[in-house]
Amino acid sequence: VKKQSGNLPRIVRDIAHARASDKGNTSNISVWVYDPADFELLKSKVTTERLKQTYPDLVRGDVERYVLEHLHGLNLVLQDALEGGVNSSLNLDSHGKSWSYLILRLELRESSAKRRHPLSSGALTPSGMGMDRRSSAERG
Amino acid sequence: MANPARGYNAHLERRMRVLLEPCRSAGTAIITNMGAANPRAAAERTIDIARGLGLKGLKIACIEGDDVTDSVSRSTPLMDEPGTLADIDMPIVGMNAYLGVEALPALEDQADVIVGGRLADPSMFVAPLVHRFGWSLDNTTQLGAGTLVGHLMECGMQVTGGYFADPGIKFVPDLARCGYPIAEVAHDGSAVITKLSGTGGRVSPVTVKEQLLYEVHDPARYLTPDVTADFSRVRIDAVGPDRARVAGAAGSKGPADLKVTVGFDGGVLAEAGVSYAGPGAQDRGRLAAEIVGERLRQVHGYGGAVRIDLIGTSSLFATAIRTTTSATEDVRLNVALRSRSREIAETVLWEVEAFLCCGPAGGGGFRGSIVPSVITRSVLISRDRVKPSMEIFEA
Repeated sequence: VKKQSGNLPRIVRDIAHARASDKGNTSNISVWVYDPADFELLKSKVTTERLKQTYPDLVRGDVERYVLEHLHGLNLVLQDALEGGVNSSLNLDSHGKSWSYLILRLELRESSAKRRHPLSSGALTPSGMGMDRRSSAERG
Repeated sequence: MANPARGYNAHLERRMRVLLEPCRSAGTAIITNMGAANPRAAAERTIDIARGLGLKGLKIACIEGDDVTDSVSRSTPLMDEPGTLADIDMPIVGMNAYLGVEALPALEDQADVIVGGRLADPSMFVAPLVHRFGWSLDNTTQLGAGTLVGHLMECGMQVTGGYFADPGIKFVPDLARCGYPIAEVAHDGSAVITKLSGTGGRVSPVTVKEQLLYEVHDPARYLTPDVTADFSRVRIDAVGPDRARVAGAAGSKGPADLKVTVGFDGGVLAEAGVSYAGPGAQDRGRLAAEIVGERLRQVHGYGGAVRIDLIGTSSLFATAIRTTTSATEDVRLNVALRSRSREIAETVLWEVEAFLCCGPAGGGGFRGSIVPSVITRSVLISRDRVKPSMEIFEA
């Protein structure tokens, strides 16, 4: 794995990799940064709120985000986000396997009032964090 | 079942012909779900193949009991949506419960081949670990660790570099000859995931991470028939070239109920396509899309769901992303619908084929298909109402 050198990262794909899978009409997408230093940036940009706002016609149910701090990954669970699911959807990709790239295509510098460079700020107040689900073990 | 001698995986015969002899020589048991809807017929066919190969005495176990059609009432609530089975207005074609470590008794009886139909994927790996290490089925930490191993192995090459390459960013050597995974499991359930030397692909913490949460929702609560596995504190370390060590999985008591997949006869899926290339291809494709939508509704009176994509401009992400800036000169119209009516399915194919003479200019490459469509829903069944059984046959 090589990180893109020189240019500042532009989209999530520049700092992270992802894989999507399905169960029924629920999609889950895991997203992992290559460099742990980018994890706070990922968490601040890939939020449950942003996914619902960016893809409202596709993501029709709740979105949960599980954080695996020590592995520097997020697990996004999107309810009612597969147009009916593998046996019902008329999408060519009825599993939503390509949904990983719906995350990886997101801009890192989206024009937003909350815009702030997290690597230089240290004090993060990322949107959507309130919806986070720690895995139960971490919560306990 | 249309044919009681079939209903098993179409690859079974070819695979057994190749594998039975070398696996017997090496003392390697085969555990498989290739029985699909008919494990007994699959076992019988495997015996025939073994006899044909001269493998006298080969022991082939068949695991049944996942068919719970007679035990689930129509008033059973659906798992993922409001309502009950009775609310789904389609004929039921099958109900199968996921089974757990049911391969265990067959391993204890020294079966060479174990054929099931609906063993939960990780359970096919947990059973031999329990058998070999003498784990207790009450030790949820060990079952959780075994489930992690099974979970990482169950999609084959998805952990050895398959489904990973992204040119320029994520490199996988010799993906055309990607190696199948091997798990070297220790008694405590920790494992090294690797692959045969000389094969393509790669194994690293990065490839293992992507598979760790595949089809997982809460990482701390991955439900299988055997255990509620906890992957939330798993550690993944590189321990050599194409070697990644996983440890730290845990678990708690498994769910009281088992998941049942209910299949309904959903009629047919009809798909038809035609392509446009060159200057104005997108505009011509869009015109064709408008025409077929209008004709299905207004001429043929079809009021159901129909999907009309323009591949090359907007297809997989058509619902997610409304506007595209694609500048391609090569697009394909793809029309899809599901219906219980064969007539409307055939109409879709005929309407799209008709674009070759009366649609926008330059359309070509018509293909159409009509395939049976089984729709599924999930329900739960109390564990005590599922009675797995095992029988061993000898070649």
